[in-house]
Amino acid sequence: MTATRTGTAAKAAGRLSEGSRQERRLGWLLCAPAVLVMLLVTAYPVGYAVYLSFQRYDLRFPDRSEFVGLANYGAVLSSPYWWQALWVTALITVVSVAAELVLGLALALVMHRAVVGRGLVRTAVLVPYGIVTVVAAYSWQYAWTPGTGYLAALLPEGSAPLTEHWPAIGLIVLAEVWKTTPFMALLLLAGLALVPAETVRAAMVDGAGFGQRLRLVVLPLMKPAILVALLFRTLDAFRIFDNIYVLTGGANDTGSVSILGYDNLFTALNLGIGSAISVLVFLCVAAIALVFVKVFGAAAPGGSAEHR
Amino acid sequence: MTARQARSATGWGVVNLVVVLYALFPVWWIAALSFKDPATLTDGNFVPRSWTLENYRGIFRTTEFTRALVNSIGIAVISTTIAVVLATMAAYAVARLRFPGKRLLIGMSLLIAMFPPISLVSPLFEIERALGIFDTWPGLIIPYMTFSLPLAIYTLSAFFREIPWELEKAAKVDGATPAQAFRLVIAPLAAPGVFTTGILVFIFCWNDFLFAISLTSTDAARTVPAAIAFFTGSSQFQQPTGSIAAAAVVITVPIVLFVLFFQRRIVAGLTAGAVKG
Repeated sequence: MTATRTGTAAKAAGRLSEGSRQERRLGWLLCAPAVLVMLLVTAYPVGYAVYLSFQRYDLRFPDRSEFVGLANYGAVLSSPYWWQALWVTALITVVSVAAELVLGLALALVMHRAVVGRGLVRTAVLVPYGIVTVVAAYSWQYAWTPGTGYLAALLPEGSAPLTEHWPAIGLIVLAEVWKTTPFMALLLLAGLALVPAETVRAAMVDGAGFGQRLRLVVLPLMKPAILVALLFRTLDAFRIFDNIYVLTGGANDTGSVSILGYDNLFTALNLGIGSAISVLVFLCVAAIALVFVKVFGAAAPGGSAEHR
Repeated sequence: MTARQARSATGWGVVNLVVVLYALFPVWWIAALSFKDPATLTDGNFVPRSWTLENYRGIFRTTEFTRALVNSIGIAVISTTIAVVLATMAAYAVARLRFPGKRLLIGMSLLIAMFPPISLVSPLFEIERALGIFDTWPGLIIPYMTFSLPLAIYTLSAFFREIPWELEKAAKVDGATPAQAFRLVIAPLAAPGVFTTGILVFIFCWNDFLFAISLTSTDAARTVPAAIAFFTGSSQFQQPTGSIAAAAVVITVPIVLFVLFFQRRIVAGLTAGAVKG
């Protein structure tokens, strides 16, 4: 203990020593390429997206481009399409993340406690994580298409779930949950491993049942892991694109905000409106992250690396 | 006691079976489709009634798929290599060195990890057209490596923190500069973590769809997920179902093999960054 403290003191005192200056320079040097790439490929384009969003810029009529101020935002925010897409996105996000949390926790408990076939379960669970989203989405799409599909054949005659609003949303959520629950489960499993076994055993000795142990002991201790997993998955679910693109293409009001942005950019070729949607999606994501960090106090992963 | 053990084993067997079925259902279904011949393709049977390799022969006959496969492999491998090299350098600094601006770096990569790709698609589309790299390999490699950098930096710095400090110090005591300590002592110890990160980044690049359909227009750089979405049947009256299923299986096989061989590493890598923080 004292040795460490002396070491730290020596380091603080020798702040400008040759060694620490070298260390500092090396630190900057090693980070520079990554920082440069991230700035060039994200910060600059985001600035450019903001600039584009203030322009009337339609690729079909490039000569008629001009600065229009906030008109694009006005057009987007007063359009029912934006609000419909935002509602669908929020709904899919909330429902699928909630389902993933419950299923993921169950799966994590299975993986944690399994005495038989632990390796098998872990391997199987990694398949949905690794598989290309588009591939899985096609599989679901064919499974639910009447005629071709195995699952559709189990439904009453004449039903085509992917062509109706609510069934389609349900199937999109299902595809999303299937694909990402394993990731959630693995994050939760790692959190579960940090819960001391003695604490749980002590609760058991005190007569707490399985439900009580889970609710009163395990979950509170896992809170940081749960919050990080929720934060990651919420932000990830909010940008849902691949599954919807393949499953419904956004038909019957099932498009997410990302689908809406894509359609405006590449189908309507309207870069001004498309960029305004892009910026709005970014603001939504930033707001979600802020809520997590401020309200729930989710620690940024890597943030606590400071004290090392 | 033994009866209870047997019962518990059966219980776990059932649970395991449910999990495995859950995980593999869509994989089996698309594989089954890919082996059906055109006549039975739409029969909705869970197991093909007559097996054929015709769908696979079909996709490998034209360049549409083979070209996309080459693009996918090339782009993913190059992006992974660059991202892992850059992230290794940065993660070493984050895990081992004291320097001002570390918080900023961590905050910035967190921001980028959360970034919605749709927000970047329109400006990148414009910028890449102006630079002449739209619809080329670099046009996709650049966003892929950038978006995988945060993931790579987190995972790697978590791994790096596990490496015994003392060895590096010992090397420095023996007269090695920090750079030498990095190259000769830490790098070999870090190799497993770097490899694991490489797998995760590769899966990330292999999976991307939005950039792939937005930043390409021909098969010059179109990757398999994007190419699949543009598949057309061999005649206008034929659905491309068989071709899509076969192509899907071809790009799924390497991932499943990765998962089988490196299961332990992948789990360690996925959870390293998130919890130990």
